[in-house]
Parts: sequence; C-alpha cells; structure tokens
Amino acid sequence: MSEMKTAAYICQGCGIAERLSTKQMAVVAQKEGKMQVVREHAFLCNTEGVQMIRDDIAREAVTHVMIAACSRRAKTEAFHFPEITLTRANIREGVIWSQPESDEVQEITQEMADDYVRMGCAEIKKMKLPQGAPNKARNKRILVVGGGMSGLTAALESAEAGYEVVVVEKQKELGGWAARLWKCVPAKSPYIGPADTGISALIAAVTGHPRIKIHLNATIAQTGGAPGRFQVQIAGESGATTTEEVGAIVQASGFTGYDINKLPELGGGKSPNVVDQAGLEQLVIEAAKQGRPVRRPSDGGKVRSVAFVQCAGQRDGSGKHLPYCSGHCCNTSIKQAMYFKDANPGTDTAVIYTDLRTPGMGEDFYRSGQNKGVTFTKGAVSEVMTDGDTCTVKFKDLILDEEGSIEADLVVLATGQVPNSGVNIDIPEEEQAQARPVSILNLTYRQGKDLPQLKHGLTDSHFICFPYETRRTGIYAAGPVRRPMDMAQAVEDATGAALKAIQAVENASLGRAAHPRSGDLSFPIVRLEGCTQCKRCTVECPFGAIDEDEKRYPVFNESRCRRCGTCMGACPVRVISFENYSPDSIGSQIKAVDMPDEFSEKPRILVLACENDAYPALDMAGMQRNVYSAFVRIIPVRCLGSVNTVWITDALNGGWDGVMMMGCRHGDDYQCHFIKGSELANYRMSKIDDTLKQLGLETERVTTCQVAITDSARVAQLINDYAAKIAEIGMSPMKGFA
Amino acid sequence: MNELNIKYHNNFLMEVEENVEEGKWVKMCMQCGVCSGSCPFGPHWAHPPQELFMMVRAGKRADVLNSDSMWMCTSCYNCVVRCPRKLPITQIMHGLAAYANHLGMAPKTQPTRDFSLLFWKNCTRTGRVNELRLTLGLYFNDGFMAGIRKGWAMRGIGLGLMKAGRLNAFELFKGHVCKDRKGVHAMLKKAAEIEQRRKHPAS
Ligand code: SF4
Ligand code: SF4
Ligand code: SF4
Repeated sequence: MSEMKTAAYICQGCGIAERLSTKQMAVVAQKEGKMQVVREHAFLCNTEGVQMIRDDIAREAVTHVMIAACSRRAKTEAFHFPEITLTRANIREGVIWSQPESDEVQEITQEMADDYVRMGCAEIKKMKLPQGAPNKARNKRILVVGGGMSGLTAALESAEAGYEVVVVEKQKELGGWAARLWKCVPAKSPYIGPADTGISALIAAVTGHPRIKIHLNATIAQTGGAPGRFQVQIAGESGATTTEEVGAIVQASGFTGYDINKLPELGGGKSPNVVDQAGLEQLVIEAAKQGRPVRRPSDGGKVRSVAFVQCAGQRDGSGKHLPYCSGHCCNTSIKQAMYFKDANPGTDTAVIYTDLRTPGMGEDFYRSGQNKGVTFTKGAVSEVMTDGDTCTVKFKDLILDEEGSIEADLVVLATGQVPNSGVNIDIPEEEQAQARPVSILNLTYRQGKDLPQLKHGLTDSHFICFPYETRRTGIYAAGPVRRPMDMAQAVEDATGAALKAIQAVENASLGRAAHPRSGDLSFPIVRLEGCTQCKRCTVECPFGAIDEDEKRYPVFNESRCRRCGTCMGACPVRVISFENYSPDSIGSQIKAVDMPDEFSEKPRILVLACENDAYPALDMAGMQRNVYSAFVRIIPVRCLGSVNTVWITDALNGGWDGVMMMGCRHGDDYQCHFIKGSELANYRMSKIDDTLKQLGLETERVTTCQVAITDSARVAQLINDYAAKIAEIGMSPMKGFA
Repeated sequence: MNELNIKYHNNFLMEVEENVEEGKWVKMCMQCGVCSGSCPFGPHWAHPPQELFMMVRAGKRADVLNSDSMWMCTSCYNCVVRCPRKLPITQIMHGLAAYANHLGMAPKTQPTRDFSLLFWKNCTRTGRVNELRLTLGLYFNDGFMAGIRKGWAMRGIGLGLMKAGRLNAFELFKGHVCKDRKGVHAMLKKAAEIEQRRKHPAS
C-alpha cells in the first residue's frame, strides 16, 4: 500500500440530493480535491453502496477514502474499512439538517457542502493509516499497592480473571482498616445490624491464591516505565529492594484517620473517654476478646451512656479542618451505637448530627437504629467537657432551637478520612517536602513522583464519567485515596479499577491507546531534528507521558499516552504529529475552503470543535434542526489542547473572519476528557491577542467557549451570536492576501 | 440523675412507649418536619408534632405533658397521610393528651380538654349524648352570667331548631336514655379496669 490512491464518495440519500447538488460536489472533489476516483451513490450506507467502496478498494487499489455523507459519528459500522485511511465530510447533520430549506439560502448551503468536500479532500491526502505504537509492552502482571479492603479486592478480582498479581503492603499484615473493625455496616439485606467484615476470608483467599504474590512490610522505592512495562522497586523491611515487572498498577493506598488531637474543643486528646470511631472499634474488640462489656477507659467504670458526635473536624467551613464529608461516618456511628444497644438495650446512646447522611441502604439501617432505641438529635456540637469521668457534650439543638447538653461516659467523634495519596506534585518542591514527604509510588516520571491530585489531597479522576482513571495511564486509584467512601463502595471501586488495569495491559500489549481513545492505533511521532528542546510538550502533557533524555529531548512513552494531541498543540515548531492527525491535516483544511472576497457579505467562521462533547452537540443540533449560520465551517479536533496556534494564525492570514473554539468545561469541576486540554487551550488563546493586534485585527476575531454534550440548542445559539458579532465588526481585511 | 442530667437519655421516651397510645412510634420520627408543615393548625401550636417528638426524646417530660399543643390536634390526619416514616401521629397526639390528663398534668383551662370532659360526663351518664345539656353545659362553663349571655346570643338558632323539630326543650328535664343504662355502666367500668391494669407509674 505504498502508493496513495484517493477516492471520494458522495451520498445522495437521507434527503441530501433533494437539497444539494451532489453533482457539483463531485466536480469539486475531482477538479479541486484532485480525487482519483469520484462517485455519487443514492444510498451509500446500504449494502450496495458499501460494496461499491469495497470493490474500489479491492480492484482499484484505493487507499484513501473521503466520504461526504452523514456525520463521522453516524454509520460507523457500515463505513468501517480498517485497511484504508478514511475521512468523512459531514453534509447531513452539518449542512442539510442544520440549515433551513428555502430557495433563498440554497446558494450558501451548497457553498457549505462544497467547502466540506474541499476540506475532506485536503485532509485525506495528509493522512496515513496508523500502524500502532512500535514499542509494544507486553507485561500483563498487575501491581496492587495496599493490602486493605480495596487492595485485596482488586488483587483477587484480577487474579480470578487470570492475571498475575503482586501486592505490596506496608504493614506487617494484610487487612488494613477492615481488619481493625469489630463489625461493619451491613452490605446485604436485611440491613438491621452490624455484619461481619469478611476481611478474614478475603485475606485467606488472597494469601492462598496461586497467582498472587505478596510483599509485606514493604514500600515502593521506585516506579519507572509505562503501561505494559513498569519496573517497580519494592523496598522490604531490611531496606533491600526487589524489582518486579508489571503492566499496570492499582493504587489502593487508603486513608489515615483525621487526627483527633486537632479537636481539643471536642475533647480530642483530653480524656481517654473521648475516642474516634477507630478508637471505639478497638475498645469493642478488646472487650469482646475478654468477654466483657465495654468499660469506661478512664476508670474501668460502667458505660451507661454514649454520645456520638458527627462531622467532627469535617464539613468544616473555617479552613481549619477537613472541608468535606467522609460519607461513611453516619452509618458507622449508627453501627457503633448498635454495638451498645444490642449488648444492653438499657445503655443510652445518642447520635448528634447536623445532617444524617446514610448512603447505600443506610436508610434501612438508620431506621433499625431508631427501632433499637438509639436517640438521634439534630444539633451542632460546640464543646465536649471532660472534667472527671463523665463527659458533657454541649450543643445547640437545631429542632428545639435551644442549647442542650448530654452527659456521657464515652464520647465518640466521627472524624474523617485523609487520603494517603503521597506527594502533591502540583505545589513547589520545597512545599511538597513539607506538606507530605512520603511518596507512595516514587514515580520516575518527569512530572513528579505521585498521582496528580485534584482537591483536598484526593487523586484526580474524572469524577462522573471515568472515576478510576487517574492522570497517569495504567495507574488506577481505588478506594478512599480517590474519594472518601465506605467499605461497600471501596469493594465496588476496587473491582472497577481492576477491570481498568486489565484493559490497560491488554491495550498496551497491542500498541493501542487506553481510555478515552481506547483502541486508537495512532500515537505521537516527533521529528527530533526540528525540536528546539523548549520542553513545552513535556510540561504540558496532562498524563506525564513524555520524559526527557539527557540532552533534554522529549522521550515519548507511547503506552502512557492518551493520544490527546496536547503536545502537538503545544509544540511551537510543529514537529509533533500523528499519522492521521497533524498540524498539516487540519491546516490543509483551513486553507482548502473557497474564500469569498471582502465585498461578498459572506464571512467565513472557523469552528474548532472538541470531538468528545462539542462535536456531538453540534450533530445533535442538526438532528433537532437547530439552525445555525451557514457561514461556519466546523472541524472536529481530538481535544482543544491539540489546537496549535499556527492553525489560528493561518486562518486569520487566510482571510477567515473569525475563529471559534468549542471545548469542555475547565477548572476544578472540569469536563475535559483529557483533563487539562481545554484549560491549556484557553490559556494559549489568552495570549493570542498580541498576535491579533500585530495583524491589525480585532481581538473578538478569536473566541473560546465551553460546551457540554447536552448543549444542542446552546451551540447553535453560540454560533449565531458569534456570527452576529462578526457581522458587526465587519469582514476581515486579510482576504485575498494568502 | 435529675431531669437535667438525663436529657437525651431514653427515660422519658420509655415512659411514653409504655403509657401512650402508639407511643412506641415516637423514636421512629426522623425529624423531617413534614407533619408540622402539613398540619392546618401547625402555626398555632407552641410545639408542632415534630417538635413534640423531639422533646420526648430530649427527655423534656414536664414541658411535653404540661403543653397544650397536642390538645390542638383536630384529627384531620393530614400528617399521618404524609409522614414518610408512617407514624400514627394523630393517635400519638391524642395518646399524649390522654396520658397528660391521666397524670393530672394537662393544662387546666384548655378548651378542647374542657369540652372533652363535658362530653364524656354527658354521654356516660345515660349512655346517650344529650345535646341540649351538652350545649348549655358548654355555655355555662364560664359562669352563670356568661351562660345567659351566650344563650341569648344564640336564641335565634335555638328557636329555629325547635320549630323544625330538631330540639326539644323537655330534654333538659328528662331526656332520652339508653335502654340498658346498667349495661353501659358495667361496660365502662370494665374498660376502666383494663386500663388500670396497664402499668402506670405512681404519680
Ligand atoms: S500530550 Fe497527549 S498525545 Fe501528547 S504525549 Fe501526552 S498524552 Fe500523548
Ligand atoms: S412527618 Fe413523620 S418523620 Fe417527619 S417529623 Fe413528622 S413524625 Fe417525624
Ligand atoms: S391530625 Fe392533628 S396533628 Fe395531624 S395534621 Fe391534623 S390536626 Fe395536625
């Protein structure tokens, strides 16, 4: 397939031929697009149409195909020709469905379609068939960091799926927090009382598993490599290290309880009769071992009443304590109150809460607690007084609207979970050492030792859509390191992360991308001769995929790469490209359109739309017949992060009147599928004003906006508003110079 | 421990569970406030149902039993229909009122209580309600002169009822009685005995 042979197919179905002259498009494809084979078809996606293309591939040795029909997001099964290079011109959703049907606008609608054909023809000639990453990494073992509930679940799930597993646990035994609980909140019907944690059985299953290898008393001294070929140095107790090779990593490093000594106003650290939830579990376990009821720690006296203070040092607005809710603690307090009620219904137990949050089947559990006589009272605790052996909990009763107090022999503070996420790599190095010196993974990545964090030390993940995805490909966070959670959720989380890890090793072994371009065979290729060692790509890659060699040239680790193209957008000398997506493949489209002159009253607006959200929203706009300006030409991009400023300057120099970029929301609650892409694009575009001024152009000629996939009505509106703005500022003076 | 120290302990809640009709439901209230929001009389009570339940759980025995709130319930059952926890709120209101009355802790001049006592006396005497006596009893509850004044103000309605044959002045003297008065009295006595047998704290 060394010779390129191009073909263009223009579909007449779905009403296209009724609205447009496909003949004219065919002429455009042939004359201007220089396509070697050009065919129209009445119904291209039916068996006969598809067969026509197949025949051309087989008999005419066609290697590059441009299909002008529906959106590239439609009929992907019919138009699936993996052996050739393909692009699509969207003349259905993008033209006839988004444009009104009337004779007056016939001309500009046809112009739109013709331009999409020109663009498709220009693009296809710049594309190559992706061959898959050359350095295929085939190690399929999975490393699990952490031997608690999440870690053991991930280990067992992966092993049962047939994969070799290595578990690293820093304590001398497995089990984590779960092993330090007397009982747990029930995960199965009928949700009426504390249940067995199941951790012993899980430990036994993992320990005895032929495919699981366990390192106890061990930490990770260093992690290098990439998915499919991670080299992990495991430091044992003696300090000696062993090296394990693995393909993917599940980080289930769990949490540390919030330090109760930081809560002296709640009696933390001031009396042995004030404990946190973990402290209570310990008291209950000790009592059970000795076959006696729980005693008051200060004097061994009888426990007649217990008060549970919810949200202790959590959901704190003052900035002193944890700002978030740890999610499990209400259910945990109910469970702990039941320990007492089940043993002796005469013991008084009161749970003081501001909001009782009982996720999962917790509502049933809560009701059962009430039924057992646990007193629940909505109140804000101000102080726990610890004089003598009895504590007094002072609070404002929020129902009775008065100050209240409870005397208790034992006070349990529901403190929160602090994630064990290692070093925050986004803060300056001096501060890193201060804030949390202990790294979990000790990655040798150029961008830092641990997984990037989003907020409050929790590892970054796409919270709603892709929860287990971190910003390091092949490394998945599971359990409370990712977000605060209870045991049932941790089990679910670990199972999900194990599946993702399996997917990652499989993709890596085939040289394919992992999430979200799962299966993509293209990968960034860098022309090092042109590289100026500016380091932008290594710094900006949201996934830490690029290291630097000793001469400070970028080293791409393909299996870490998500194929977002952010590096390609960043590169000032444009030496990074993909086989089928490059500065040229987009640039040539920008140059291919037929640019009307300054006096035509036909402005041209370039829309670079993120293919994850904005482009589907635009397709949807077409389906819903939300009409937008016929002066726009839309080009889908992998991510706004892949937009190279050269496209913008090329467009402006070429006489385009405006450039509009549509990407996902950025910021703390980002929606960007590549996390930083839209943010980076926004940042880069904030710098483009200077360029515009140099060209003597209005700054409004380039704009960025944030679009969600559901914005099908809004995208049309955004386009129309921008078109109105361009009409206002007038046609670009740059026309006719290119 | 005195009442101050047993706040939010189960003492009073348990007393209510044992002595108040449907009292065992009080602990199941989740404090959503739907009942208080649904009650047509809600804004006029010192303590709407949600609050009364919390007071029981907070051990505020005197405040609950001395309250006139539960006497305000009109048995419309709005709250019962809406309570997400399915508490028989109306029954509990009446249960609390009855228990407070039993203990002699109910407010002395509460009109609903007054009327209830009058009605009870009137109906248990003969086994039948004597409407004329009940009405006049109510009129003269606040003293002789007040009774005359109320009767005079209502005379139009009284005469109208008489003309329509709905009211007989002689009822004041003899009135209809139940055929088996003795039987009714025996039945009431038996019921009182059964009630007595239920545990009451010596109060
Ligand atoms: S920026 Fe994107 S495409 Fe470039 S190396 Fe990083 S993940 Fe891959
Ligand atoms: S509606 Fe029911 S649960 Fe809600 S406050 Fe009233 S009694 Fe309680
Ligand atoms: S039944 Fe009683 S308490 Fe309930 S809504 Fe009606 S009046 Fe209010």
